[in-house]
Amino acid sequence: MATIAAFLYPVVRYVLPPKRAAVSEDSVVAAKAGELAPNSAKVFKFGTAPAVLVNTPDGTLTALSAICTHLTCTVRFDGETGTLFCPCHNGSFDLAGNVLSGPPPRPLETYTVTISGPDVIVSRRR
Amino acid sequence: MAKGAARAVWKFLDDRFLISTLLGFAGKKTVPEHGRSFWYFFGGICLFLTGIQVATGGLLLLYYTPHVDAAHESIQFIMGGVKFGWLIRSVHSWTANILIGMMFVHMFSTFFLKAYRKPRELTWVTGFLLLVLFMAFGFSGYLLPWNELSYFATRVGTDIAGSLPLVGKGLKTVILGGPEVSQATLSRFFWFHIGLLPVAALTLVAVHVLLVQTLGMSKPIGERGTREIPFFPDFLYKDALGWTVILVLVGVLCVFLPWEVGTKADPLASTPLGIKPEWYFTFMFSTLKIIPAHILSLEGEKLAILGFMAGGLLWMLVPFLDRRARRGEKSPLFTWVGLALAAYIVVMTVLTYAVPSL
Repeated sequence: MATIAAFLYPVVRYVLPPKRAAVSEDSVVAAKAGELAPNSAKVFKFGTAPAVLVNTPDGTLTALSAICTHLTCTVRFDGETGTLFCPCHNGSFDLAGNVLSGPPPRPLETYTVTISGPDVIVSRRR
Repeated sequence: MAKGAARAVWKFLDDRFLISTLLGFAGKKTVPEHGRSFWYFFGGICLFLTGIQVATGGLLLLYYTPHVDAAHESIQFIMGGVKFGWLIRSVHSWTANILIGMMFVHMFSTFFLKAYRKPRELTWVTGFLLLVLFMAFGFSGYLLPWNELSYFATRVGTDIAGSLPLVGKGLKTVILGGPEVSQATLSRFFWFHIGLLPVAALTLVAVHVLLVQTLGMSKPIGERGTREIPFFPDFLYKDALGWTVILVLVGVLCVFLPWEVGTKADPLASTPLGIKPEWYFTFMFSTLKIIPAHILSLEGEKLAILGFMAGGLLWMLVPFLDRRARRGEKSPLFTWVGLALAAYIVVMTVLTYAVPSL
């Protein structure tokens, strides 16, 4: 038994992926100011995950995590309804991240948007 | 002279591999023939399709590159730059789908004929495990072309594994090779698909076939005095006819509907509209769509996943639960349960395609 365990242990440890330092950014340049037309959106990389920057029809910039809280598909902006929609299981969210319909169990994480010169900066809330 | 040499070679091989004994066994083996013996052929068809999978999968390895920057391009090259590459890949993909379909037919026909009853409980259990393994083959192979659909299907599928209580998070990390779908995931799925799963599946196939050969075909309950036909060559000829029909069907599908390559995966793109997994996962996919976010205080999604796992376990243990069938009596309750399950799978699968907004 101990011999089998001695042979299996290195194999199991080999199969378990090694821990790597997480790429965690607190803020990122998501777009250039004026890049997004009103009522449009852009998916950008925030750390290792996708996030979405939405420019509402009245020109307000909003940023949220683009990872659906149901089964991690990437949400898309629906300009007709002004909501974020997950095509995998038809979940939908408002621009404050709240679940409007479908199976997602939690709201989307929201971020802070600031404009710094020519850049639109998205930061995690503290 | 030639005849003498051939006889010597035959004797040499026979002394070592006991071929005469095996042929003697095959010559004595019989198969019952009755009104429902048509369903016996689906097991042979599954075996035949498994052989095609191994052969075409081996050929695809000549050109496939398991790297996120090259996987999609290598599939495009197979489809467009290699002589008959489109045929080999299409045969592999179409037969994989037909194989799963045939396995479902084989499983349900076995269920309704109650062929799982004593002493064939382990034949049923190994058959069910083979279906699970071949679905895992489908899931791991789906990612290899590294296209948009397969990328998101993998994210959803592995997140389902990740939502399991206690072991979920660790299991997801082991499957993905890290926190998200990446190069590590592609490398692992490639290993699952051509290394781990084939060894497991071929071992189980060997056990399953050995059990079928040792125990013979089951007769339906109440079927008495049926005549028997020789397995070799009568039954095998009929089996081969079924294989030929399937092969023609695969050929027609590959010529008129070659398997698509899709758009290269972009981890930063939004999930495409109308996304769905391979057809054999759609009944579970659509269940996850319609289940409420919360049932009592539990997350609906987790409840559904646990329900599928418990259902699968009970289904695997049917031979031990159906006591009437064990005694050779009809068991209408189990027939109704099987009909309800088959109807649920068919209805949810059809609805996924017929009502995309479900």
